[in-house]
Amino acid sequence: MAETLDIEKVRKVAVLARLKLSDAEIGDYATKLGNILKYVDTLNEVDTEGVVPMVHAVELSNVFRADEVQPSLPRAAALQNAPKTDGTFFLVPQILEDK
Amino acid sequence: MDYTTIIGLEVHVQLQTNTKIFCGCSTKFNPDNPNVQTCPVCLGLPGSLPVMNRTAFDLAVKTAIAINCQIARFTKWDRKQYYYPDLPKGYQISQYDLPFSHDGWLEIVINKETGEKKKIGIIRAHLEEDAGKNTHDETGRGQDSQVDLNRAGTPLLEIVSHPDLRSAQEAKEYLEELKLLLTYLEVSDCNMQEGSLRCDANVNVHIHRDGQKIATPLVEIKNLNSFRNVELAIEFEADRQYRQWQQDGKTFGQVNKETRGYDAIRNITVAQRSKEEAADYRYFPDPDLVPVTVEEAYLQNVIDSMVEFPAARRTRFIQQYQLSNYDAAVIIDQGVVFANFVEHVAKICGDGKQACNWVTQDVLREMNDRKLTIEGFPVQPPVLGEILKRINDKKITIKSGREIFLNLLNSEDLSTISVARIDQIIQEQGLSIVADSGQLEAVIVAVLAKNAKAVADFKGGKQSAVGSLIGQAMKEMKGADPATVRELLLKKLAE
Repeated sequence: MAETLDIEKVRKVAVLARLKLSDAEIGDYATKLGNILKYVDTLNEVDTEGVVPMVHAVELSNVFRADEVQPSLPRAAALQNAPKTDGTFFLVPQILEDK
Repeated sequence: MDYTTIIGLEVHVQLQTNTKIFCGCSTKFNPDNPNVQTCPVCLGLPGSLPVMNRTAFDLAVKTAIAINCQIARFTKWDRKQYYYPDLPKGYQISQYDLPFSHDGWLEIVINKETGEKKKIGIIRAHLEEDAGKNTHDETGRGQDSQVDLNRAGTPLLEIVSHPDLRSAQEAKEYLEELKLLLTYLEVSDCNMQEGSLRCDANVNVHIHRDGQKIATPLVEIKNLNSFRNVELAIEFEADRQYRQWQQDGKTFGQVNKETRGYDAIRNITVAQRSKEEAADYRYFPDPDLVPVTVEEAYLQNVIDSMVEFPAARRTRFIQQYQLSNYDAAVIIDQGVVFANFVEHVAKICGDGKQACNWVTQDVLREMNDRKLTIEGFPVQPPVLGEILKRINDKKITIKSGREIFLNLLNSEDLSTISVARIDQIIQEQGLSIVADSGQLEAVIVAVLAKNAKAVADFKGGKQSAVGSLIGQAMKEMKGADPATVRELLLKKLAE
């Protein structure tokens, strides 16, 4: 059975994703996302008895790289997309809360 | 106070790689040049793809084996989602349900005199990436925080212990043993100032009342940046929990786990503001990184290339060199270079016990007085070993050996320190033990003749008078063996 997507759940997911949604939007998403989940729920019709759960979508494994230093970006390039910098650091509104 | 402190530790260790865990940026500690070791991968730019660093994985497996963990044959990476300015992607790549290793233990020595040991269980060790570094405005004017992403993506090994530690002292021992092991294995430099080793402690206390055991609510202490602070913070926190329980009677399970920070200046733990929402990391497998499967041959290879662990070396030193638990611990705990130094000296002089005594006493004392490291110590094993060998071969006295050792240490030009120089000093200062008893006898006869009063005192029963006679004879014959001088002198006096 698909999880029903109630308003509260949508509100919580929005907070976790740092999305500011109006009440109307929340109602709208509850319906739309609910429909998606219902569609995915079709998979529950498949008999998976005895099938080992898949943990990863890619069949490959063991892709490594050598521990060799590659050139990094110049600082200016690293900072260029930031909303705010002082030319040396990324600047963000004061962090009040410790992790 | 009738309570037991229960502690579990989470240790984050920076692995000693050249590059970050998923990209080729350097991991060099470089706080003076912020944001110069980044690339699209560690900045989390769209379209970039992480690729696992082979060395980071190898070092992690090596460590996990050394702490007796089971190595998973299949492991994968997961995304742990949370928002914080030092985490550019909005998620940290970590390991959730299938860590590469689990269920190990580390043995710690809880009594250095008796060598009594205790096994501390390890729940798991997993690999993850580090975040960047935030610098907060401390003027109180609410200025922006600065973010440096040089460190973002540095490989971290998180080692989670079972709550098997029962005192602040045990927690400190565990950390010291772990650090020693990690430095012996050369998987991390464990430099706490640079953040290469970080520790969080989960603490509560079990209060014993009327045959009952009452557990207090769990607290996680963060910001522990030295072993001493770990010890102090745990001691404070255990006592605080006991007092808190006396006040409100709240027990484990009645209150959510609380996060507290350690304030080293005031030596207290302070509650950190709790989040409005309970942590909800929504882990899922990272689709950009493929899983890793581990083959038996690979593991065998890692095991075969493993160095001797500190614990094993301690035991071997006790047996091989007839050392006390304490002395063996002193040597091993100084680190792998120091232990190698001792063994090298032992090999040359042929007497392990003597080598241990000299290195732990003379060398260690001079190291501390002169603020030297063992690597930079001017008298290295090839020379020190030869000094000791000459003592063993009865070519010089122990006292002369010390003089030569100090003479070499005080050399103006350290490059002149050599085995040849030892023999030169012996020659110049006449430190050779005089094997020629005729020569020695002549000196003694002369000393006795010059000191008629002392001789008369001695013959009159004043045993102590012999001391000054020996002293004078020794002064004349610098390289003489004091025991031989004494023996010969007493013989002459008896005549």
